[in-house]
Amino acid sequence: MMRYYQNLLVALMVVLFSSLMPASMSAQAQTLRLDITSGQVAPIPIAIADFTGPDGLPTNIGRQIAQIISDDLESSGQFKTVDGAAFIAPPDSPDIRPDFNDWIPLGVQGLLIGSAYIDDGGALQIEFVLWDVVAQRDITSGEGSTDQNGMRRLSHQIADFVYEEFTGDSAYFDTQIVYVSESGPADRRIKRLAIMDQDGHNHRFLTSGYDLVLTPRFSPKAHEIAYVNYFNDEPNVYLLDVATGRTERVGSFPGMTFSPRFSPDGDALIMSLAEDGTTDIYELDLKTQDLSQLTRSPSIDTSPSYSPDGTQLVFNSDRGGAQQLYVMNRNGKGVKRISYGEGRYATPVWSPRGDIIAFTKIVRGEFFIGVMNVDGSGERLLARGYLVEGPTWAPNGRVLMYFKQEPREADGSGGEVAMYRVDITGFNESRIITPADASDPAWSPLLR
Amino acid sequence: MFKPLLTLFAATFFLAACETASTITEEAAGSSAGTTAETSSTASSSASSTTSSSSTASAASNADNSALEAARAEMMSIGDTVLFGYDSSQLSADAMATLDAQAALLNAKPSFRVKIEGHADERGTREYNLALGERRASATRDYLVAKGVDGSRIRIVSYGKERPAVVGSNEDAWAKNRRSVTVLN
Repeated sequence: MMRYYQNLLVALMVVLFSSLMPASMSAQAQTLRLDITSGQVAPIPIAIADFTGPDGLPTNIGRQIAQIISDDLESSGQFKTVDGAAFIAPPDSPDIRPDFNDWIPLGVQGLLIGSAYIDDGGALQIEFVLWDVVAQRDITSGEGSTDQNGMRRLSHQIADFVYEEFTGDSAYFDTQIVYVSESGPADRRIKRLAIMDQDGHNHRFLTSGYDLVLTPRFSPKAHEIAYVNYFNDEPNVYLLDVATGRTERVGSFPGMTFSPRFSPDGDALIMSLAEDGTTDIYELDLKTQDLSQLTRSPSIDTSPSYSPDGTQLVFNSDRGGAQQLYVMNRNGKGVKRISYGEGRYATPVWSPRGDIIAFTKIVRGEFFIGVMNVDGSGERLLARGYLVEGPTWAPNGRVLMYFKQEPREADGSGGEVAMYRVDITGFNESRIITPADASDPAWSPLLR
Repeated sequence: MFKPLLTLFAATFFLAACETASTITEEAAGSSAGTTAETSSTASSSASSTTSSSSTASAASNADNSALEAARAEMMSIGDTVLFGYDSSQLSADAMATLDAQAALLNAKPSFRVKIEGHADERGTREYNLALGERRASATRDYLVAKGVDGSRIRIVSYGKERPAVVGSNEDAWAKNRRSVTVLN
């Protein structure tokens, strides 16, 4: 049933995209379908038992932990959690070998068993073992203790272990999202920076909403956020310390600075500086405050993003007439256009894996989120809408998040803005639940 | 058989992280007046600056304020806004005519400072539109300077697609939002 539904979805997407594209691109739409079919249509079945206490019975906190892990794994689209524990008694303790004959008939490949209880000192004690039901051996195990406030994060870390063991990909559940929370009418929108866990929990605001703020981006250690702030009605790049909430303006330059991103080592910031109708790309050394100009053209050069090895940059420029994507060396030399499809291309973001670039594409009045190879070949479109914009990568390069704005009526109705995520195969698009409208997401690196 | 694999971390991080959504909504509503006054163009910001400066009022500043109000009214009758084509910062003949009249007003009232806002419609990406708004504001400033307005009086601010004049996802709204606005202060 599940498989049937997913194949139907894939077929629909191919029809939608291929009707838009010139004949030469339909082969790529075909590739999209093949990729999804061969890749992730069949999620890995796995059982997550409620974590037990010293008496061998499930604890309240143990149920919560199992739920968080299940939700993480299900949200990836790559796992299907089977509620076997409802009718099979899991072992009382993670150090007891399960009776695999109970679990094999369920078709599960993995079984996660754990204990979780609050000790006399008030600390949360956790142990877990992940079993390979097919090979009938333990794959990985771990233990930890934490203040009870750390329960969710510890659960995400266990989900990360499960994810890594079964997919072979690096994980992304122990991460955060920083984004712009929006409220108020469209012409007087209030925008605040907000941060939350990737599953939407532990939500908090980072700015008051008094000043307009845009485009937050994490530093590689997730301790700092670079963003655009209209303090004193002057848009400029600021840095915000996540722990203390302290903000500081980045340098003082003529004109407006915007479009910031950290270098992979966190020692530099790439950004745009606009002055006298020209927008160029500059790199600021955060230690020395030295500013280097990397592009010099009368065009708009903006939205720069580093390659993960820090040697190259991708950006969008209208130097050829309309917005297209260009790659250059970090010193500004060797500029090469990479996007040649129909329409305009914007907001390129290099994958953490280094092999592909995500972008926003505007064609015939519609917006798309897509990915292409670093040389511009192999374009695939993953999402569409009246306005979709601003992809950001999960740290494993497997999942993209972006925002979508619905059309707005003249009376002000409509216009909802929400964040979505999608697997890079175009599969499993899902909305991120936030307290208010949400845009400009940025995914943190792994926190551990 | 257990390997200590889990990374432990500081719980203080989470202690700072609790704030309820309902509190937030109230704060946001409360701050909307400030945001409006700060960032919207002519009408509302003129009202708020009148209020704030008259509270510390001297006779002289009241006179200045009424002169500013009069100049702003004149700017509104000329037209504080010029429109641009899609993805363009080219000034049309209409736009130049409006800016000629704006320049005459600004040259006749050299004591007032000038802010030029650049805006874009919503059919572009946020960062590109910030650059496009800057380009439009610069084109407007350059024209006014060519008509004799002292460039040191002028400050430009791009709002990209953040502050539309007209709400709506249609051609008419987009056309009216591709604009620069000249504000006296």
